Parts: sequence; structure tokens; C-alpha cells
Amino acid sequence: MGRLVQGHNLDRRDVVGSLLEDRSNMLVVTGLGSSSYDVMAAGDHGNNFYLWAAMGSAAMVGCGVAEAQPDKSVVVITGDGEMLMGFGSLATIALRKPPNLSIVIMNNGHYGETGMQLSHAGFGIDLADVARACGFPQVQTIQDQAGVKTLADSLIAGGQLQFADVRIKAESLPRVLPPRDGVYVKNRFRQALGLAPN
Amino acid sequence: MTMQTDWQNEVYPALKSTGIKHLAYVPDAGHTAAIQQAHADEDIQPIVLTTEEEGIGYLAGAWLGGNRGALLMQSSGVGNCINTLALQSCARFPLLMVITMRGDWAEFNQWQNPMGQATEDALKLMGVMTWRADRPEDIGKLIRGAGTMAFDGDCACAVILGQQLIGEKKWVD
Repeated sequence: MGRLVQGHNLDRRDVVGSLLEDRSNMLVVTGLGSSSYDVMAAGDHGNNFYLWAAMGSAAMVGCGVAEAQPDKSVVVITGDGEMLMGFGSLATIALRKPPNLSIVIMNNGHYGETGMQLSHAGFGIDLADVARACGFPQVQTIQDQAGVKTLADSLIAGGQLQFADVRIKAESLPRVLPPRDGVYVKNRFRQALGLAPN
Repeated sequence: MTMQTDWQNEVYPALKSTGIKHLAYVPDAGHTAAIQQAHADEDIQPIVLTTEEEGIGYLAGAWLGGNRGALLMQSSGVGNCINTLALQSCARFPLLMVITMRGDWAEFNQWQNPMGQATEDALKLMGVMTWRADRPEDIGKLIRGAGTMAFDGDCACAVILGQQLIGEKKWVD
């Protein structure tokens, strides 16, 4: 079954806290599960859209936001399992190459929400290699604090479509729940951009 | 073999009139004209998908960012969308879909029939409103009306293009 997870040592809350510390006008989309709790733990924000279902959709939602808001930096923060369910979207996004979109995978190699079963990433599929093969112009594998700092800087700088595979520890942290009213979060997000609810 | 395709030219102008800026699709023969017209239109971003549910996420994102869009697929793709339609349902994102039918009428390949026969019911089960066009003259008004209810009412709306429009497909000469 390939190699098992190794080199996954970063603290997920520290990573997300660092990435969003200087978020300015950054728009953030989260996949369902732990990554949305990480973003919520870093501070709720009108520029956040949290998914609670539609597993596999986070990257495509981020792509849609990025195409509609080309002057804003759009960051998708999701887990390896959530990304795996929408693997084809990496091909779709790589064809579009929105320069203001960054996809950040909180990769612990496990399905954290369902009992820490190993994911394909945990069994050895290298997500960064997949993004590279699809044609993402900038791909990073992040395994230490220096890498997190580099990634944080590149999220702000933007300039080209990027994919970051961030190797985090497999651990279940206390949940910090984002709002679950989808209509509220949707309209709040639009309002923060100066758009009417409808 | 000649195939009547004039009806295909009804689709794109009607979609465009609803104010869309994005057209996401998984190709189908019946959508050939709309896809070509979208690619030839500088005001529209055409997005080819690997699977239909990608379009639901994409259009939700586009709406979050202030844009309208629509999604083209074949009836078989509706099955791929079922779980993802929760996104539309829970956040009441507008969703405008145009679906060409297989397994509907004069279908040579019976493997298309299970999903084709379940397409409209499956959409309704997930809260999508549906309208069906079997005559070319109905296509434009149904798409425009569905667009009104999608974008002005935050609803999920699908216009289904019946196989009688598409015609009998001759598989073996």
C-alpha cells in the first residue's frame, strides 16, 4: 500500500494562525471538517466562507470566487481527504490558472473527522506531485516553520496560481465551530465585498 | 443521417440574457452549439469540468464574488451532482442548469436508461425545480424563466431538454 505518513509535524492551528495573521483583504474558503475549525480558531471574519457539506467542493468554490474577484487574494484551506474527493478539480483549476488563487492543503494523511483513518495521502499519494502534473505553476510542500513563513508571504504577494501541501500532525483538537447557517455566511461574505444579498 | 440542430441555437442567447458571466460544462452533443458560442464570446468565461458537481461549487464561488453563471450537462451528470446539491440547498445559492436528456426517448443504449429515467425525480428530491422542453420554441422562454427564479429568488433551477429535440440517433449504418 505504499509508504505511510511521515514528516507530518506542524501544528495545524499554528499554521493557519500564521497564514491568516496579516490577511488584509484575503478571501478564505474552507473545506468541511478540521480545516474550517482551524480558520474559525484564527478568528471569524466576513471574508470567510465555511463549507459544512459538499465534500470535495472547496477548491472549486475558491476558483469561482477568484474568477469573480480578480483583484483579491483568494485562499482555499482544506484537508487532504476533502481535496481527494474533488481531485478532478485540480485539473479544471490548472486549466484556468487564476493568478489570485492559492490552495492550501492541511495534510495530516488522515480522515480526522471520522476517526483518523488513513487517507490516500497517508498511504503515500503525493498531493504536490499531482498538482504539479496538472500544471500548477507554483507548488510547495511545507514541512517546517520557515516554509510556513514563505507560504504566508506568497499568499499575500499572489501573482500566480499556487498549491501548498502543508504537512501537519494527525491530532484531534478541540472543535471551534464556524456558523452553520449557510445563508447567513453567504450573505455576510457578499456584504463584506459590498454586494447586496441578492 | 441528418440531425436537426437548429434548436441548439436557442440555448446560448437565452442563457446570456439572464446576465451570466460564467458557463461551466461537461460536454454533450446537444450542448455543442452553446459551448462553441460561449468560447467565441469574450464576455463569458467558459469552464470545462472533469465532473458535473465541480460546476456547483464553482458557480457558488462566482456568486459569492458577485457573478452569475450557469451549468450545462447531460442527464447522466445529474447523478454525479446529488450530494453536492446540499451546498445550494443549505446556503440558497442561485443555480441555473440546462440538462440534455439521454435514456428518455428513442434511446439505443439502454445503459443510459436508469439515470435518464431518474433524472427529473433526482433533481426534485434534492430541491431543484425543473422545467422540460420537448419543442424548440419552448427552450428560450423556459431558460429565461428559470434564470429569473434562480437569480432573483436564490433557487436551484434546471431546464431539461428532452431527447425528442435531439432526435433519433443512428448508431449503426
